[in-house]
Amino acid sequence: MTHPGEITRRQLLRRIGITAFAAGPGAALLSACATSGAGSEPSAAPSTSVAASSDPANPFGVDPKKPLEVVIFGGGYGDAYAKDVHEPLYTKAFPGVTIKHTATQQIGTQLRPRFVSGDVPDVVNNSGPEAMDLAALAAEGHLADLSALFDAPSADDPSRKVRDTVTPAVLDNAKINGKDLVLNYTVSHRALWYNAKLFESKGWSLPKTWAEFTALGETAKKEGILLFAYPGQKGPYYQLWNVLYTAAKIGGNQVLIDIDNLVDGAWNADAMKKSVTAWVEIQAKYGDKAYFGLDHTQTQVKQLQNKLLFYPVGSWIENEMAKDKPLDFEYAIAPIPDVTSSDAMPYGAVQVGVGENFVVAAKGRNPQGGLEYLRLMLSKEGAKGFTQKTQNLTVVNGAAEGLDLPPGLMSAARAQDAAGQNIITDARFEGWYKELFDHGTEQINVVMAGRVTPEEFCARMQKKADEIKKDSSVAKQTRSQ
Amino acid sequence: MERLRRYGFVIGFLAVPVTLYAVFVISPYVQAFQLSLTDWNGYRSKLTYVGLDNFAKLVHDEVFWRALRNHGVLLLVLPVATIVIALFLSYLLNLGGGTRGDGMRGVWGSRFYRVVFFFPQVLAVAVVGVLFKAVYRPDESGVVNGLLARFGAEPVGWLTEPGLALWSVIAVMVWQAVGFYVVLFSAGMAAIPKDYFEAAALDGAGRARLFFSITLPLLRDTVQVGWVYLGIAAFDGFALIQVLAGDKGEPDGATTVLPIQIWKTAFTYNKYGYASAMGVALFFLTVTFAVLTLRTTRRERIEL
Repeated sequence: MTHPGEITRRQLLRRIGITAFAAGPGAALLSACATSGAGSEPSAAPSTSVAASSDPANPFGVDPKKPLEVVIFGGGYGDAYAKDVHEPLYTKAFPGVTIKHTATQQIGTQLRPRFVSGDVPDVVNNSGPEAMDLAALAAEGHLADLSALFDAPSADDPSRKVRDTVTPAVLDNAKINGKDLVLNYTVSHRALWYNAKLFESKGWSLPKTWAEFTALGETAKKEGILLFAYPGQKGPYYQLWNVLYTAAKIGGNQVLIDIDNLVDGAWNADAMKKSVTAWVEIQAKYGDKAYFGLDHTQTQVKQLQNKLLFYPVGSWIENEMAKDKPLDFEYAIAPIPDVTSSDAMPYGAVQVGVGENFVVAAKGRNPQGGLEYLRLMLSKEGAKGFTQKTQNLTVVNGAAEGLDLPPGLMSAARAQDAAGQNIITDARFEGWYKELFDHGTEQINVVMAGRVTPEEFCARMQKKADEIKKDSSVAKQTRSQ
Repeated sequence: MERLRRYGFVIGFLAVPVTLYAVFVISPYVQAFQLSLTDWNGYRSKLTYVGLDNFAKLVHDEVFWRALRNHGVLLLVLPVATIVIALFLSYLLNLGGGTRGDGMRGVWGSRFYRVVFFFPQVLAVAVVGVLFKAVYRPDESGVVNGLLARFGAEPVGWLTEPGLALWSVIAVMVWQAVGFYVVLFSAGMAAIPKDYFEAAALDGAGRARLFFSITLPLLRDTVQVGWVYLGIAAFDGFALIQVLAGDKGEPDGATTVLPIQIWKTAFTYNKYGYASAMGVALFFLTVTFAVLTLRTTRRERIEL
């Protein structure tokens, strides 16, 4: 028996059922949220082919009133270089124009939905742990063709094209499936980094061969200093790079090119095995397993305390640790010592790479403005401003001239001069096949800790590379040099 | 008219919560099921359906099985350890002092301990993670290893030894969870009429007997709820493991868990379809666990 007006349990359930039914069609509408539903097949060709105009001051025919939106990765370089240097250059060229500036560490989270829905910013600094998959964006035709930019007159000298004012690696690294779509803006030097002042005070010289390297390890051990360490937490990829670059030094850049191209058996190359074996030995004899549990900052602080000699990293380290660096510490770069007597590259070879991706959205509101923004970034004034703000070099030739560079950066520049043609290339699978790279950063700890043999490491990497090669959902890329 | 008023009343109350629930809970679930049948990469504007390919791939995915194995260990250890410790502590706090004056009392200072035990629950998971990173630090600057070093022991890689890492993580999870369950069980124990204990005590039952014959049976419902909560927590561990051990299941896959794997597959590797398939698998695992627990432990309530 129920009182009138009282709702029985059965009725309540039935009514909930009714409500759920009513909510059904609504949910179907909602389910279209992330994927914008029935879209059309995208055209792979970028929709902008910006016609070059004859005016060298405005080669892309930018509408001076159109607003521009710039998204910067607010990571290690900060965003002051964009806000205080590059954007003022743009507003100086087009007085009265408005620029919407955003700095974020979550590039992917913030921008992926915008690319899917079509409301895209014009210039994107695609960087950081959440960087977007550029090959996937390119496949959707979201990236503007930068060949117009490279062929445009340079902002400093209208008689020269932009492509002639930058380091050649920029043009190499711009390509995705044969098209120029990405601008790499910074140059970094990777090898082993050490404290030049400590070496001076101890009277040590840089080891040129593996025998000298291990001998120094013995000497340092007596003083309670580790020869070498890398961070096992957060930064094991520093050691993955180190192992890859060492392999390139032993066997030539082709070793890395093959790995990037997913060539069968590339990871099992002799040079790769030799490189891993050599470093595993260093870890076993001169390393300390505690570092497997330390992150990059903790490890870098240990180096500042002179507890370890060599640290595999790039030239940004000097600026990264500037605040903590004691006065008697001076960063300098040390090339990787000769592993065998017949290394393909002689002693002195260092890795010089370009990085920090910038792209222009093809389907944005102002792609012309985006290209112009990049052209101004590549002006001497823009590049110089970047170096001043971040203490890192740019791809623009001669832009750092006359600047008072810190000693670490100077040593990197000298090392590059000394290396001449013996420049170790970058391993691009880091950006192309993130899954393979992540697998590598995980497995490098396993092999360095001695839990698997170097051969097993190579076999595991090869297995993953083979899986990627077979996976049709991963967009493939190739390189020739 | 009467009908309209009745339905209007119910719909009026339900409209807002049901809409919110549909938008923020149901629709993402539906969408995950839909995406799990595609190879969407997060950028494509058109979905291409690939049938059950993603699930077929999942069955052969080593990492997926590794994650399941870890969840299995978590599922066995986390609830048992947490509930046993929480029961022990809440018994001491509420009844462990024996009979004094009227009814049962906790051990001396139990009010103070109750607050202290709850502290970890107040801390955000990220804070707990950072805290224990310092505790587990693998050189002599670590809290634990610093103590060990005083006794001349070699530092232990709590989070870097494959055999230790998961246990170190579980210890933190238990440490953080116990406080909440102490409070939960304390509330349950407070609801048990005092005369039961008095009667049993008069009959000569000791503390252990009181616990196993009176407290535990009468607390059954509360323990069961705790079990389900902890079981669901065993399928998570995202934030804590992310901070403590990183997102690659370091070392050697010892700390691989599904939520982190899903997150990485979707947002780092741009395989939304495959990630959604993992999400669907996780959904069924969690639901199966909850249903099984509730079914197997169901029995007649004891009316107090």
